[in-house]
Amino acid sequence: MTSILFFEQLLNGMQFGTMLFLMSAGLTLIFGVMGLINLAHGSFYMIGAFSAALIASLTGSFWLALLASLSGAAIAGVLIEIIIIRRLYRRDHLDQVLATFALILLLSEGVRWCFGAFPLYLDIPKNLNGTLPILDDIIYSKYRLFIIFMGLLIAIGLYILIAKTRLGIRIRAGQNDRQMISALGVDISKLYTIVFALGASLAGLAGAMIGAIQSVEVGMGEPILILAFVVIVIGGIGSIKGAFIGSILVGVTDTIGRIFLPEILKAFMEPASATSVGSSIGSMLIYILMALILIIKPSGLFGKT
Amino acid sequence: MIFEKVLNKWILFFLFLIPVLGFIFEEYYYITLTTKVVILGIAGIGLNLALGYCGLISFGHAAFFGLGGYVTGIISYHAMNSELIFSWPFIVSGSSDMLVIWPIAILSSAFLALIIGLLSLRTTGVYFIMITLAFAQMLYFFAISWPSYGGEDGLSIYMRNSLPFVDTMDPLTFYFICLFWLLVVIFISAKLINSSFGMAFQAIKQNEERVKSVGIETFKVKLLVFVISGTITGLAGSLYTDLNRFISPSVLNWQMSGEIMVFVILGGIARLYGPLVGAAFFIVLEQTLGSYTENWQFWLGLILILEILYVRSGILSLFEKKLKYEK
Repeated sequence: MTSILFFEQLLNGMQFGTMLFLMSAGLTLIFGVMGLINLAHGSFYMIGAFSAALIASLTGSFWLALLASLSGAAIAGVLIEIIIIRRLYRRDHLDQVLATFALILLLSEGVRWCFGAFPLYLDIPKNLNGTLPILDDIIYSKYRLFIIFMGLLIAIGLYILIAKTRLGIRIRAGQNDRQMISALGVDISKLYTIVFALGASLAGLAGAMIGAIQSVEVGMGEPILILAFVVIVIGGIGSIKGAFIGSILVGVTDTIGRIFLPEILKAFMEPASATSVGSSIGSMLIYILMALILIIKPSGLFGKT
Repeated sequence: MIFEKVLNKWILFFLFLIPVLGFIFEEYYYITLTTKVVILGIAGIGLNLALGYCGLISFGHAAFFGLGGYVTGIISYHAMNSELIFSWPFIVSGSSDMLVIWPIAILSSAFLALIIGLLSLRTTGVYFIMITLAFAQMLYFFAISWPSYGGEDGLSIYMRNSLPFVDTMDPLTFYFICLFWLLVVIFISAKLINSSFGMAFQAIKQNEERVKSVGIETFKVKLLVFVISGTITGLAGSLYTDLNRFISPSVLNWQMSGEIMVFVILGGIARLYGPLVGAAFFIVLEQTLGSYTENWQFWLGLILILEILYVRSGILSLFEKKLKYEK
């Protein structure tokens, strides 16, 4: 019984982790290439989810909705980069934090204005509804498996993009030396816009996919944004590999911790207080993990020292 | 167009004038609003020491604000239902006396700032911003999932805590208590900034390596500034609980950290009275825009972005006469 529960929770953790990866990959890329702290990254998650919900309600197609989340968030990303974000690259971190904080207020209220305060719902397509037997006696939600699959697919895609393509070479060069690549004739401001839009669209896709199992509402992006920050601090800011490993680590630790910590504590204390202490500590677990990693390695697992 | 010192006197004058006018015309709501400005101003002045003067961009000051608030709430909650806070290793009962609560709130915020500071100050730059944010979020989630003190719903205390000889339930009296603390905090901050220690932490903002090279242990200096900063913000949290007679996890949320930061920036960074003006502007905006539209935060966001992109040095700079050598 426990091993089945454990396996299920492990998969849940993986599912959570792969979505965190979509968020943190963009965040870490944007920081690595442009040196920008983007608090408004969660807003693209929200914009993606709302674009998907809008298209799904118009066309009824989940796949078109996913496409809409990618393009909606990318378009928003391009516009916002050109109008506002572009002016922040040369500023210090404090200005970036505040401007993107203000951007969250602006975008959240803007979306509330357009769509109203009530949450929207996005339906899972019929062929992904229901469960799938994985091993002998373990059955698991098809849709969540689909999310894990998509997450891994995008991780591989990103790896190929960064390691094998011309754009990837430019992105890596941008991470190493911004001035040099612009001196070598690369249109740096176009590169920045592309990277920003890429990050935004990944966040948007994550928002749409999670929006289908939770609800699509204003403010949905911020909790996951902060987890994505924890991920990139653990993984090392600027490192996609670190973001991937950090995401899985955080996703699995959080999911497993919340379920099993109260159970483990029940061995030592009375059940009622074990449940409350366990769930309190469980919700803090990833932050404790982060603190531990920073004590051992202040620049994160794969960060440059 | 006037100099900063004259401007500051005007600010103090208005801080006395507005609540007294509110009292005379029986508009108690304005007294409460001004009290809120003063309390949030204290929180901002606390953050400003670390952020404005020492360059420590803490995005987690809600942790101290919230802790000060929760300590106050919990102690007076226990006094209300006369349960012990804990009975082991020694007996501690609740209290509703501000003279008991303040020192405890101040000390616990200082202790929290010491721990968070010890861990966070190992990092710099973006890592520091994010790790302070993460610590505050950790406390936020703890407060939400800890059921003993209301969890997500928050904790109500029905009577404001008391002080000997005065009636703290009277809005004007409570206002002057907060104003007293504001003046104390401003006085301490001004003394600190002009001390040799203050020179050290302001120099760190400009160039930490140079400060190190003249033999100052910058880690200790930063840690001390961070602790003082967190303590002042914690005191503000304590007053805030008493103002609302309610505390909920939302004061620990990252948005609170963002707002305290906004007070500092709106008013003008590294200006003693800046956060106070920022908080006042914020509250006025909330009240006026909020009465026209539900989406006032949209306009707040817009104003903030414009401020950061174009004004850059805060509201106070708009009123200030520039010295000739400043450009």
